[in-house]
Amino acid sequence: MSVSVVVTGIGIISSIGTGFEETKQSLLNKKTGVTPVSILNTRHKDFVLGEIKRSQKELHQLAGTDSKEAWTRTALLAIIAASEAFADAALNLDHAHKTGIVSASTVGGMDKSEQYYKDFISTTEHKKYIDTHHAGNHTEKIAEKLGVNDYITTISTACSSSLNSIMFGVRLIKNGLLDRVVAGGADALSKFTLNGFNTLMILDKEHCRPFDESRRGLNLGEGAAYLVLEREDLALEQGKKIYAHVSGYANANDAHHQTASSEDGKGPCLAMKLALDKAGLQPSDIDYINVHGTGTENNDLTESIALKRLFGDQLPPLSSTKAFTGHTLGAAGVIESIFSIIALQEQKLLPNINFKNKIEATGLVPVTEVLDASIEHVLTNSFGFGGNDSSLIFSSHHKNPVK
Amino acid sequence: MKAYINGIGAVSPQNTLSNDHFLDDVATVEAHLLPVLKPDYKEFVSPKMLRRMSKIVRMSTAAAITAMKEAGIEQPDAVLTGTGMGCQADTEKFLNAILNNNEELLTPTAFIQSTHNTMGAQIAFMLQNHNYNITYVNRGFSFESALLDSLMLLNEKETAHVLLGGIDEITEESWLISTKTGVYKKEPLNNLHLLEDKQQGALAGEGAAFFMLSVDKTTASCAQITQPDTFYKPENLTVIKERITQYLTTNNLSPDDIDLILLGYNGDEEPDAVYAQLEKDLFAHNATAYFKHLSGEYDTAVSFATWLGAKILKEGTIPEILQKRKHTGTSVKNILIYNISHNMYHSLILLQEVS
Amino acid sequence: MQKLKEQIIEQLNLEDMEPEDIGENDPLFGDEGLGLDSIDALELIVLLEKEYSIKIENPKDGQKIFYSIHTMAEFIQDHKK
Repeated sequence: MSVSVVVTGIGIISSIGTGFEETKQSLLNKKTGVTPVSILNTRHKDFVLGEIKRSQKELHQLAGTDSKEAWTRTALLAIIAASEAFADAALNLDHAHKTGIVSASTVGGMDKSEQYYKDFISTTEHKKYIDTHHAGNHTEKIAEKLGVNDYITTISTACSSSLNSIMFGVRLIKNGLLDRVVAGGADALSKFTLNGFNTLMILDKEHCRPFDESRRGLNLGEGAAYLVLEREDLALEQGKKIYAHVSGYANANDAHHQTASSEDGKGPCLAMKLALDKAGLQPSDIDYINVHGTGTENNDLTESIALKRLFGDQLPPLSSTKAFTGHTLGAAGVIESIFSIIALQEQKLLPNINFKNKIEATGLVPVTEVLDASIEHVLTNSFGFGGNDSSLIFSSHHKNPVK
Repeated sequence: MKAYINGIGAVSPQNTLSNDHFLDDVATVEAHLLPVLKPDYKEFVSPKMLRRMSKIVRMSTAAAITAMKEAGIEQPDAVLTGTGMGCQADTEKFLNAILNNNEELLTPTAFIQSTHNTMGAQIAFMLQNHNYNITYVNRGFSFESALLDSLMLLNEKETAHVLLGGIDEITEESWLISTKTGVYKKEPLNNLHLLEDKQQGALAGEGAAFFMLSVDKTTASCAQITQPDTFYKPENLTVIKERITQYLTTNNLSPDDIDLILLGYNGDEEPDAVYAQLEKDLFAHNATAYFKHLSGEYDTAVSFATWLGAKILKEGTIPEILQKRKHTGTSVKNILIYNISHNMYHSLILLQEVS
Repeated sequence: MQKLKEQIIEQLNLEDMEPEDIGENDPLFGDEGLGLDSIDALELIVLLEKEYSIKIENPKDGQKIFYSIHTMAEFIQDHKK
């Protein structure tokens, strides 16, 4: 396909900031958002999480929404981020252009459902939250608030969800079905996920150490983020600022185990390779990799193996940013895509904070400081349960760059 | 964008899984929900894998294997699924365990099997399939999104055979919760008298329907499926009619060209009034049919309608149990499915004969 | 050990299996034995806590303890409170 798709708007909220600027400053100043549990109502107080330190009331204020209506935390985060992206791209909805929304979530409105579930069954109290449980609810709320409704859908493929949203958004544009897509994902923290991951014994009670020999697991996080994707010619015609070009993308399946990756990293390797092929790039063209790097024993080892297999001795600088935000599940792909775009914009490698010792078996040493670098192409990975592995490549855009 | 349907498989409240007959033994029940007719899952899945699979994953797997077998494809180039509510049973199990045991002594199986992409993931695992794999979860648009993505993949020419499925399950608990918002009827009813039932809501159901889509026409091809149209909360009937007309025009058709309109009548007053009005004006001259008395209502019920449409085109007959306004023509070439879900998700799918 | 076998069959949803089908020294994990995997190991850890009040902190220890019914029963005997 000769149609090119670019990013013209960004919106984000996570434990390291509300909005693009605050987020960028946290990254460049190595400021983590992972702290002891403060908002989530759980008996497991000994975990650390990438929590957004805002109450439901504060989120309503940020979102400009009515607290008397049924809003889940996931939906509020989604609206905040999507609104920022929409405004940032100066999206003018008109009949000449088709605009859609493709979002993603793993647990949707579970943050409220788990609070009111007993009532759902035995009473009629809180029944307005019954309809906010499903994964597409937040997407529809965005569509209604922003008026983006030429196409509405939601994806759920565990941790790779929002990379798949971006991919689908890009392809909808390339196939001529839409001109612009607001693409991303949202997931709020919930007891359901915290306890779920805890039963798998892959949570670290301390600050996670991605790609470190002593790593013991991941820290969960929450967040929402959206990119506005547009046809390049349309963006140039309208004089829009362009953050980056989505040059490569791929979705593969590890088919090994419901929750663990294969020892030889087959799925991850395939996803990265196919993304490179799509971009028409060689491994040596990649200047920085924002890895999935959750901090679990399994992921970091298998991802390292996959990276070594594909890149050989031409492995570029890499880092995991999950020690900043925690693992934001359905929002991880898009949040880390934005971090990749920041690396491109600032021409700086982002640090893998909390790293001390390399993994003995593979010897990969990530970047641990914010370093100046010449960055043209960035690869980002998101590998999820169910073997769903996705990779995306963002490339510098030389016309209408943001700075 | 169009593709050939070269294999179909459906687990439903009717005897649909074995493709060698077509609705000649329809189940009449007096019930508050229509559960699927359970096949012998051991014929499809090893005991080792089966033990972890909840009902939704079992029916999904059986339907998928059936579709692949019919098409003669062992390794699809992509696996795409749509599910409105995902794995309800496992979600309930884990959530109830959290709430009842105060977040203690919880076990992982229900949690890991509760993720929406479990059906697609299990298929990939069973086949050792490393190709494109995705799950759409926007309630009444879930199957249509997976269908659109399937057609896009084929259009991009990097895939030739794509496995597409729509799956949703019902549990007693999720049914009960849905009666509170008026989505499902509360009192049992006779499914064949669905359209006369005055209770608010629809008759609950469940099912899994899978399709092997391909760019290639083969001897197994039973129908062609076209790019769907989905629209959310249309303002009024006029907008609906415009949308339907536009969809047909895009496909070089007019309402008169449609041999059968398959409508999502579900026993709920509001959507049924829309279908009834369309039968009076836009589709005043067309044969019409309905299907939710057989499948019940669920977010991906339109996948069952798609199965029906493909089967009708293959067999060349319209089972009487489906018919509203009788078909008087000599052949069935074009079938239009129009479905409304939750009174807000509207979708159109065009099925055509294999030319 | 009979009771332990019954509990395992129940916890891991091993439909169609009877306690007699599990040999006391048969390896539980891996392809030669019952074919249990890492998720089953986590299930068994919870089983030990729930039924026998024994807590295993490190999931990796599970490999030795859960080798067979026999090793499990021995472990339970040694650690029962």
